[in-house]
Amino acid sequence: MLSLTVFLPLAAALVLSARRGLPDAAVRWLWVAVSGAELGLVAVLWATYDGPGIGHETDRPWIPGAGAGYHIGVDGLSLPLLALTATVFLACAVYSLRGRHARHGIRRFAALFLALETTCLGLFAALDLILFFLFFDLSIVGMYLVIAGWGHGEQAARSALKFFLYTFVGSLALLLGFIGLYTASDPHTFDITELAADPPLEGGGAAGPLVLLAIAVGLAVKTPTFPFHTWLPPAHTDAPAAGSAVLAAVLLKMGTYGFVRIAMPILPEDWRAHAMVFVAVGVVSVLYGALVALAQSDFKRMVAYTSVNHMGYILLALGAAGMVADADEAARSTAVTGAVVQMVSHGLITGALFLLAGVLMERGGTYEMDAWGGLAGPMPRFAALTAVAAFAGLGLPGFSGFVAEFQIFAGSLGAVPVATALALLGILVTAGLFLWALHRLLLGARREPRPVGADLRPAELLSVAPLLALSLLIGVLPRWLLDTVEPAARTVVDLVSR
Amino acid sequence: MSGPSALLWSLVLLPAAAGGVLALSGGGRRTAGTYDRPGGTGRAAPAVAVAVAAVTLALAVAAALVRPTARAGFVAGGPLELAVDGLSAAVVVTVAAVGLLVLVFAAGGIRAERPRFFGLMLLFTAAVLVTATATTLTALLLAWEVMGATSYALIAFRWREDAPAAAGTTAFLTTRAGDLGLYLAAGAALAAPAGGTGAGDRLALDALAGLDGAWPHLAAAGVLLAAFGKAAQLPFSFWLSRAMLGPSPVSALLHSAAMVAMGGYLLLRLRPLLESAGWASGAAAWGGALTALALGAVALAQRDLKQLLAASTAAQLGFVVLAAGAGSVAGGTAHLVAHAAVKSLLFLAAGAWLAALGTDGLRELRGAARRDRATGLPFAVGALALAGVPPLSLWATKDEILAAADSPALYGVVLAAAVLSALYAGKAIGLLLGPGPEPPATAGRKPGGGISGPLRTAPLALLAAGAAVLGALALPPLAGELKRAVGAPGEPSAGAATMVATAVLALAATAFAAASAPRLPEPAWARAWLYLETAAHTVAVRPALAAARTLARFDDSVLDRAATGTAAGVRRLASWAAAADRSGVDRAVRGVADGVRYLGELARRPQTGQLHQYYAQALVLLTAAAVLLLLLG
Repeated sequence: MLSLTVFLPLAAALVLSARRGLPDAAVRWLWVAVSGAELGLVAVLWATYDGPGIGHETDRPWIPGAGAGYHIGVDGLSLPLLALTATVFLACAVYSLRGRHARHGIRRFAALFLALETTCLGLFAALDLILFFLFFDLSIVGMYLVIAGWGHGEQAARSALKFFLYTFVGSLALLLGFIGLYTASDPHTFDITELAADPPLEGGGAAGPLVLLAIAVGLAVKTPTFPFHTWLPPAHTDAPAAGSAVLAAVLLKMGTYGFVRIAMPILPEDWRAHAMVFVAVGVVSVLYGALVALAQSDFKRMVAYTSVNHMGYILLALGAAGMVADADEAARSTAVTGAVVQMVSHGLITGALFLLAGVLMERGGTYEMDAWGGLAGPMPRFAALTAVAAFAGLGLPGFSGFVAEFQIFAGSLGAVPVATALALLGILVTAGLFLWALHRLLLGARREPRPVGADLRPAELLSVAPLLALSLLIGVLPRWLLDTVEPAARTVVDLVSR
Repeated sequence: MSGPSALLWSLVLLPAAAGGVLALSGGGRRTAGTYDRPGGTGRAAPAVAVAVAAVTLALAVAAALVRPTARAGFVAGGPLELAVDGLSAAVVVTVAAVGLLVLVFAAGGIRAERPRFFGLMLLFTAAVLVTATATTLTALLLAWEVMGATSYALIAFRWREDAPAAAGTTAFLTTRAGDLGLYLAAGAALAAPAGGTGAGDRLALDALAGLDGAWPHLAAAGVLLAAFGKAAQLPFSFWLSRAMLGPSPVSALLHSAAMVAMGGYLLLRLRPLLESAGWASGAAAWGGALTALALGAVALAQRDLKQLLAASTAAQLGFVVLAAGAGSVAGGTAHLVAHAAVKSLLFLAAGAWLAALGTDGLRELRGAARRDRATGLPFAVGALALAGVPPLSLWATKDEILAAADSPALYGVVLAAAVLSALYAGKAIGLLLGPGPEPPATAGRKPGGGISGPLRTAPLALLAAGAAVLGALALPPLAGELKRAVGAPGEPSAGAATMVATAVLALAATAFAAASAPRLPEPAWARAWLYLETAAHTVAVRPALAAARTLARFDDSVLDRAATGTAAGVRRLASWAAAADRSGVDRAVRGVADGVRYLGELARRPQTGQLHQYYAQALVLLTAAAVLLLLLG
């Protein structure tokens, strides 16, 4: 069942790339249908998951000589991210129903996205380091093709290459760390659950910190955190809207997910010893991302930098969860729960913001905020959704971002009071930058680079609005999500405090 | 779900849902209008909103009688829990009543984009109701910040102009800076060892006072910060001045009766926390008293009616904050309730004149209240109440608070602040009710023109009645009832001598100010709201923007260049390696090949094809072999 969920999009992608003569409309609807079916499958997986612990598990030998197996399964950490992946890909499929002709044809675009969906789902389901790494790298390849093939602007190829090389080098560091774990384990294995049950590299020594460093750098590049984030803004600016949405909503989560799935449970001792480093990186990312975003004049670049800010909160919480001596378990579990919710929340909200940025580009050909003004007049629906997304993005209560950030702050304050107080300033700067952006784009005197024409088309509305509605649902009634996440977060906290 | 909790949920969810739907329906395709000519007439919106507000008021009254609680799961240790107790009952009914009256008034006054306006107002009402009934920090913070967001949207309601949008941003950012305090308080609640409070809801408001160690101090500091921000106390007061760019009904509900008041209310509710932290009570008392004094002076110096009322709101909320700090929860509550009626009345009247005459300048409005009796009479009642003239409401409630001020210095400051309120209210009375020039005939608009009759007069009359009689809450026998209801039966009451003295003082000050209204001093520092906004720009906004620009440059020119520089370095290394490959390795390989070829040519040389030469070569080789054998052997 899980395997079917993971590989169904790949099968659809193969069908799409084989059938050359398919009319565009059929391609689009097939894409939407497969993405919808995926979301249904994930919903069934979630409904039939009886936690805590790993459910829907498959464990087959794959490369027995190297200790790598085809081991997949879900728990409270991966289910929300699988659901997020399916939701965001469905939104992108719906968004692409608009009927604009893509440069290299919708068929290949759809096939690429479906294949990319498999790599994302596979990564979040993987319980084997080699499998994880495989999907990690394939996602980089897929996103490279999306940006290089369908990006806009003259810089697209260059940005795509930068994205590819930067994150690929990061993934090599990750691989190095994985091999370190493999050689240190006894018997040698790449299996995540086995490694977490009996962590190698315990008891001091230089190898532990080095392996953690390699893994952390690899994941930090992908997340991205300060100072490894500079591939992100150009990649976003030049990526097509759907590509940006997937990049921000899903691919960035691979980094943060790696921390809770691999780094914390398998290297608990070193995580505790170096928790302060992660707290510091988190706080710097929060403030740096927010301030640099504040200085941007390009709407999409601004949203890209807010991702650095939002991912910083996650690192702050995960670092605080390693400060075992300074806070009780309930507070640390709250912080980790907040971090996982933040992954989902950021995916929904930033996905929506990037799709809306795509509308902006399509109507006016520019993301420069100073080129626009008073858009609430000609495009009231666009304005309403952008305003809602911006308020959700600045962590307004009632939306998912608040549930996440509130738990992160409240859970981290006891462990790292000064760092948390500094990070709190981040939500103030974020509020300022989003309100300023709203003012420049939507309010005031009317200004547009060229006549914008129609307000949001149905496909655009139906792709963005559900993402924000989900954010609202989580923000008001979060128990259905938290009931799944909390036990898993407690498990992570227990594993770290061993 | 039990009956009472269903009642409480419907009290907050009805306006929330109706408001959300209305607000988002405003931009419909057919009603969107054009940029210059706003559409979205939404004729049904005011009626729907008023009906919803009326039902909400009925539900609020029912809730005040039934005292329900309601609970829904939220985050661990912090469910969304609402409850109506004695304190919140008074506030819930007040907010619902004022909300209804303001919406009725606005039904006549707001002409454009009505669905958005009325939707946001309802959404705001729901947020206030949740704030007032919240018993956990999560519920409180949720509603607290939603109030701020709706305030932003309503201040920026006339979004085609830049100034209201900027004012909304200022208001939101300033109050959010204070809101961070509530996040700190929540963190303190979770950080404190769980021992004492047991396994209950650690984020319950009641649990804050019982935290161990240094945590109650952090929680109290956070709560003070949040309350001072929302209640426009020093040094946050300036945002309220900017907020006056919003429509007048917004000022009447949000920026006097409800949202700003919630700052004072929060401190009244968390009085036990302030006490357990020790220093926090004093900080609240002095913060409130100094705000009442300083903003009273600011109000006295204003030249616009709405600005005067805004500064007065901050000053009056100072009395409430003082009440929370000094230990007069009942007096503070009574003041909060009475001030809500007084101030929304005055703002609505100011809005009516602003709409009719196109100005809210006090000098331009001279005599306006006299010419327009329907608005002027209620305005006079409200202004006299604001001055503290007996027997109107704020006279009694203020005295009740004064009774709790124990130190002489504090007492003196509060008394001076009370005199200042009489002075600024007297100034407004003297100018607006005094003789004024006849309006120029060219204006062609009759006073109050454009606003239909009963929709305007009925709310004003009801609010004026409230402004007149709500002082009963601070007088026997109701005062004792209120003290029991808010759970503070032992609080002091004002003595008869004090009340007479303050009455005389208020009457004298009001009369003096009314008589000499045009000649009252208007120092620049007070007119400019103590330069608070300039100060905020200097210490916070400008450094933040400068840091942002510097970091953005750093990001592009250092971090990004380091990354691309590394890539370029690798490419240089590659081309160097390629060159080395061509000139080094490849040359060596070719050299070897050349050498071999040369050797090959050498080796070909003996192959002459002539037999005698082969024999000669064989002989030489054999001889050499024999010599070699001999030598080795």
